[in-house]
Amino acid sequence: MKAKEIIIDRNLCKGCSICIHVCPKKTLGISEDINEYGLFYPKVEDLASCIVCRLCELYCPDFAIEVVQE
Amino acid sequence: MITSRYIKENYVRRLPSAFCPGCGDGQILNAIIRAIDHLKIDRKDVAAVSGIGCSAWIPSPYLRVDSLHTTHGRPIAFATGLKVANPRLKVIVVSGDGDATGIGGNHLLHAARSNVGITVIMVNNGLYAMTGGQVAPTTPHEAKTTTTPYGNPAFSLDVSRVVAAAGASYVARWTTWHMNQLIRSIEKAIMKKGFSFIEVLSQCPTYEGRMLNMDHIQMLEWFKNKFREDADGIYKIGEFVDIEKPELTEELEKMIERVKK
Amino acid sequence: MISPGEYFVEGDLAAAYGAIKAGCLFFAGYPITPASEITQAMAELLPRVGGKFLQMEDEIASISAIIGASWAGLKSMTATSGPGFSLMQENIGYAAMTETPIVIIDVQRAGPAIGQASRPAQGDIMQSRFGSHGDYETIVLSPNSVQEMFDLTIKAFNLAETYRVPVIVLSDAEVGHMMERLIVPENVEIVNRRIAKSLQETTIYDESLVSPMGRFGDGLELMITGSTHRPDGTRDTGTPEVQESLVKRLVNKIEKNRERIENWEEMYTDDADILVISHGASSRPSKGAVIRARKEGIKAGFLRPKVLWPSPEKRMKELESNVKKVILPEMSLRGYKMEVERIFRGKLLHMPKVGGVVPTVEEILKKIREASL
Ligand code: SF4
Ligand code: SF4
Ligand code: SF4
Repeated sequence: MKAKEIIIDRNLCKGCSICIHVCPKKTLGISEDINEYGLFYPKVEDLASCIVCRLCELYCPDFAIEVVQE
Repeated sequence: MITSRYIKENYVRRLPSAFCPGCGDGQILNAIIRAIDHLKIDRKDVAAVSGIGCSAWIPSPYLRVDSLHTTHGRPIAFATGLKVANPRLKVIVVSGDGDATGIGGNHLLHAARSNVGITVIMVNNGLYAMTGGQVAPTTPHEAKTTTTPYGNPAFSLDVSRVVAAAGASYVARWTTWHMNQLIRSIEKAIMKKGFSFIEVLSQCPTYEGRMLNMDHIQMLEWFKNKFREDADGIYKIGEFVDIEKPELTEELEKMIERVKK
Repeated sequence: MISPGEYFVEGDLAAAYGAIKAGCLFFAGYPITPASEITQAMAELLPRVGGKFLQMEDEIASISAIIGASWAGLKSMTATSGPGFSLMQENIGYAAMTETPIVIIDVQRAGPAIGQASRPAQGDIMQSRFGSHGDYETIVLSPNSVQEMFDLTIKAFNLAETYRVPVIVLSDAEVGHMMERLIVPENVEIVNRRIAKSLQETTIYDESLVSPMGRFGDGLELMITGSTHRPDGTRDTGTPEVQESLVKRLVNKIEKNRERIENWEEMYTDDADILVISHGASSRPSKGAVIRARKEGIKAGFLRPKVLWPSPEKRMKELESNVKKVILPEMSLRGYKMEVERIFRGKLLHMPKVGGVVPTVEEILKKIREASL
């Protein structure tokens, strides 16, 4: 399975980086940007590596990340 | 496949939540929603009851079902009345360790004893978080909290073991690292006829983190490595009780049928 | 069940009959003297009408359970006495805040603390109104006979359902344990709450400031909380106006409707110089003493609030200009004194009796004679 897009809702994301931590493929990384709460939200480092396991969605405490399947 | 979008559209009243960044409470909300969705039960047949504390906010205001946000320590007693009055309802109590075992410990014992068919999900972060990180019945011996600045002189309670001894039909302990097991466990608990209890060790980066000197990622790692089905004491996770036995509301209904004749 | 006719029963049992007649289908309680007989009677009666009875682990659990059951749509009640009533106070405030109709019978005994468990007293009057923290109002009824234990318990349910408030039947060990004739009439007026069909409906207040009540399980996605909340249930503890309009409405629900709720009995008040105000068990010898005083040619009158809160304020104010003295015999050092003194000020001769015994006709008559000199 391949991901078409990984959407991070910057209004919901609290920058806890749990998604980055649980991703088995290191698809995600920390962005250098901060959102409106002043938090570092995740960014997609390598979309092609994503296997759409949705562990990031399962562990995100804030429903802030969504993987769109190809 | 359950996606974040699907959850937000169908099960959550509003976001962002008031929980601190990295708090496990959001994960537990996520797990409860997934369990309800997997079971395909109508949301109108689910009622959530909670007391006071950070975890009391998991159902109220976030979970889109009828919710009763009650006084500190009493959600189990409110839930018992609700369940007995309308046995059709799947009543889920979400309670913190302080709420369920400190101020409300008596109600927990008696709900387990009477085997009333409600589900209690106890979020255990080892202290009172909402009020500022004070010592709780679940705080380890010698741990420093805001009211045990020189270390906790008392000892902690193994809540799951107590609830099992009190007569619950289902008892399990998981952590927020064990999301899939937790979701399956919540499904079983909701469908269990009698009293079901799930203890979830959850990271509170703000206060528990300070007590343990860990951030939330370290805590999740600690849950993953230290909490195992073959471990001992509080570190032992898994299903501890899974039995069938007569349940309170059913017994009451049977008695009414008998007496009415 | 409880067919019309004549019975000879004790007050506590009459209250249970009244509850069943009113349509009560849920009772949760904890044993306590002198209210246990109500709890026992409900345990026996409820299953026979398809209702649910639970003996809980304590009084806090009992009131919690009846609030839960009320949200499931059932008329719900508990019964207790002083120590248990004290334990229930927090959740009485919760019921007021969440506008949950419930009935609580407090069969008063002498306190403070454990006091005299089986002796009557009237020391819970202020507590029944102000026992929980913050600003709220309840309705408190005061039966003085076995018949009224029945009648006023039904009335308590009707008022609770009408105004969506906790209603307290403030009885005492004397009335609760006395045996008397009870007439169960053919027709009893029963009020049922208005059930909301949508969440929207729960936010629309009628001229009494009451809105239809939601019911769990109907799919309204109710959000009920004891925290400060908007009309639709959304918690909002930061906006001053939200707290202000909510709390004002909770109080005004009773205040603005008080003339419809107030209820009292009076006798010989037209030309009375000396007014005897009394409630509950002590009103019985009080009334007797007034009748005897009249026979002696003393212009004595009698006023008995059947609803203690809201008090018969307007009627008392009307009488204030005509009467010279007011006697308040009651089984408490405080009891109803502050309320009566507020209106009659220097004219009040308080007559507390606190041994756990009801004042006698002789004692009250003596006080009336003294006042008439
Ligand atoms: S887990 Fe969720 S809230 Fe945390 S950084 Fe990732 S997207 Fe943001
Ligand atoms: S779906 Fe799986 S692989 Fe893809 S980003 Fe999320 S956790 Fe990583
Ligand atoms: S204080 Fe702790 S438990 Fe409460 S929301 Fe913050 S992290 Fe979660």
